Amino acid sequence: MENASVYPVPQEEAAVAESILAVIVDNEPGVLSRVIGLISARGYNIESLTVAEVDAEKHRSRITVVTRGTPQKIEQIKAQLGRLVPVRRVIDISEESDALTRELALVKIVSTGDKRVEAMRLAEIFRARPLDTTHTSFIFEVTGARDKINAFLDLLKPLGLTEVSRTGVLSIRRGSEAE
Amino acid sequence: MMTLLDKTEALAPAQSAPVAELEPTQKAGAELLLDALEEQGVEVIFGYPGGAVLPIYEALHQREPIRHVMVRHEQGAVHAAEGYARSSGKVGVVLVTSGPGATNAVTGLTDALLDSIPLVCITGQVARGLIGTDAFQECDTIGITRACTKHNYLVGDARGLPAIVHEAFHVARNGRPGPVLIDLPKDVQFEKAEYVTRRVARQRNCIVTPPVQPKEIERAVELMRQARRPVFYTGGGVINAGVEASAALRALARETGFPVTSTLMGLGAFPASDPQWLGMLGMHGSFEANNAMHGCDLMIAVGARFDDRVTGRLDAFSPGSRKIQIDIDPSSVNKIVKVDMPIIGDAGAILEALLVQWRKRESDAAAPPSRLSEWTAQIQTWRGKNSFAFENSDEVIKPQFAIERLYQMTRGRDVYITTEVGQHQMWAAQHFHFDDPNRWMTSGGLGTMGYGLPAALGVQIAHPDALVIDIAGDASVQMMMQEMSTAIQHDLPVKIFILNNEYLGMVRQWQELLHDGRYSHTYSESLPDFVKLAEAYGGAGLRAEKPGELDDAINEMMAIDKPVLFDCRVSGEENVFPMIPSGAAHNQMLFGGAFTGDEVSQEGRVQV
Repeated sequence: MENASVYPVPQEEAAVAESILAVIVDNEPGVLSRVIGLISARGYNIESLTVAEVDAEKHRSRITVVTRGTPQKIEQIKAQLGRLVPVRRVIDISEESDALTRELALVKIVSTGDKRVEAMRLAEIFRARPLDTTHTSFIFEVTGARDKINAFLDLLKPLGLTEVSRTGVLSIRRGSEAE
Repeated sequence: MMTLLDKTEALAPAQSAPVAELEPTQKAGAELLLDALEEQGVEVIFGYPGGAVLPIYEALHQREPIRHVMVRHEQGAVHAAEGYARSSGKVGVVLVTSGPGATNAVTGLTDALLDSIPLVCITGQVARGLIGTDAFQECDTIGITRACTKHNYLVGDARGLPAIVHEAFHVARNGRPGPVLIDLPKDVQFEKAEYVTRRVARQRNCIVTPPVQPKEIERAVELMRQARRPVFYTGGGVINAGVEASAALRALARETGFPVTSTLMGLGAFPASDPQWLGMLGMHGSFEANNAMHGCDLMIAVGARFDDRVTGRLDAFSPGSRKIQIDIDPSSVNKIVKVDMPIIGDAGAILEALLVQWRKRESDAAAPPSRLSEWTAQIQTWRGKNSFAFENSDEVIKPQFAIERLYQMTRGRDVYITTEVGQHQMWAAQHFHFDDPNRWMTSGGLGTMGYGLPAALGVQIAHPDALVIDIAGDASVQMMMQEMSTAIQHDLPVKIFILNNEYLGMVRQWQELLHDGRYSHTYSESLPDFVKLAEAYGGAGLRAEKPGELDDAINEMMAIDKPVLFDCRVSGEENVFPMIPSGAAHNQMLFGGAFTGDEVSQEGRVQV
């Protein structure tokens, strides 16, 4: 039988893509476990998670979740999150072409000699700030988009990268418009 | 693309400040709770006392307006509240203690979540200072029930309690209904604070139902006007949307001439006696309903969620249709089946708007009613298959025949039916016919054995003069059998009609289908004598063993004004037909007769 639906049957598996969701919630006890519990209970992955109160007066927190899935899956996650009582708003950052995203990482390098010099040079290129130095180690602070930090870490791997701490992704919209 | 609801705007408070009282009256938390329940119109609480709710029971003891029904197991309390809610359209209320009281309620809460039944469940909790110390009868109720409630609250102090109760009712009954739990520490039940009325309580805009969008309605009616093979696929959401939604569905179906099928949960929203009725669809649905779904060119889903029992094999589900999905819950849309046109909102309001728009287009010459004649004729041919037919017997009672007689004998009575889960549930859905909503209470989503008996108690409390029958199986009924005691205590003359085939019938049927008839642990060994059991509880027991005895026994059952266990001995190895085996499509149904062993594909075998 000819398929009259505008969607193909069987549904073709659409490409999996990364998605950044900003979830504005009432800052009440247990709200974080509601959000991440929902995501894990329905079998979705969390790649990164950032949460902090952003408006003390209104008791609002902003949770930024990075997840992966087909567009249909992502729509489903957004709808499920929207159903939670303390969730005020779900913003799909990846859908907005002009959204700013930033992440901060602390990176420990243990090495000497040429490797140490090369690590220092790379840090300058990536505008990473040294926070702590010994004769055999550096700790750098680096901020930037996820991709930039990933690239920095890849380059440091052979140069004595021993420990990484990342904040997870933060996001905000460009321009004068607010959420 | 789905529009996300913006819940950032707070609702304006209904009125400014409360009228200042000279002496603000402080009351204990337990009293505040009952005040709030009373203001919410609660007439009955299903509960079971215990240490952590003693102050509430103390307060209840001195209150007239709220009736308390003491059950025999907390799961029974939740199912009873579900039956009450489902049959009356009100919110059901449950009160249980901490620890085991709360964990026993979990099955019922999950059942209510999957079937979208509005409940408010109050659990006691150990005193605030003891939380987290593994105190006696302490458990992490909030953590345990987070996944099986629509929302839950741990009450922090008595001052905030009334507002929490008001919001809990708002959440339970609005949007897609569901169970809400309030965990109330024992010391908060003693703590004094002022009462806050529903109007004054802080309201946050947590459930948003979007208004009807005229553009969407116009587009939907355009599709309906063009359709040559349309079908309405309705679900439990129509029942939840109230009697107005059922009335709107009937009017729209009548004027459009479109045929109507329904899920298990939606039975009664459209009258089974109507010629446009196709019967239930899905795994054990009718031949005409499933074929209409498979062959339609326009499917209008209303309050139905494309459950796997309904769709069968997904990649072969209704391949030739455009699909409109009307649902109040945005997360139900595009979850399983991608639809062409989602309409988010209240089913009743949307169906009414569709009807108004349909009438505006009445004189459309391009879409004469005759365009449906071929489809109607095709459906008539499918109907001719008479797919619910069974081979009757003079020797033994066939379970289908028993339900048919029960249906015929109860005509003229105000009947409500609950069921347990299994073969008897499917036979009841096929052979007991419903013309009105809220008359059929069954556990659809979770499939909870033991649901029917306590649910019947809740129904009987909401409708004291009605004839309430739990169509049960010999295995299911034993899961909540202790609630017979509740029925006796509270004078609830429910009739438990047990189709006794001495098997866990549905599991046995699957073993016949999938495991070459090796009936591993599905024979009901050591069944009790149900007649004596009924008498032991103080009720009445009846038994029918031959088809000829059935009518008299049913009459006798209806005449007895107390709880009855009816032991209807039916043929043992009867199967539910027709059947779409798991992993098969809607047009690949099995009919009566023996299984050959190759009905189910390898992929189908791993599915439930």
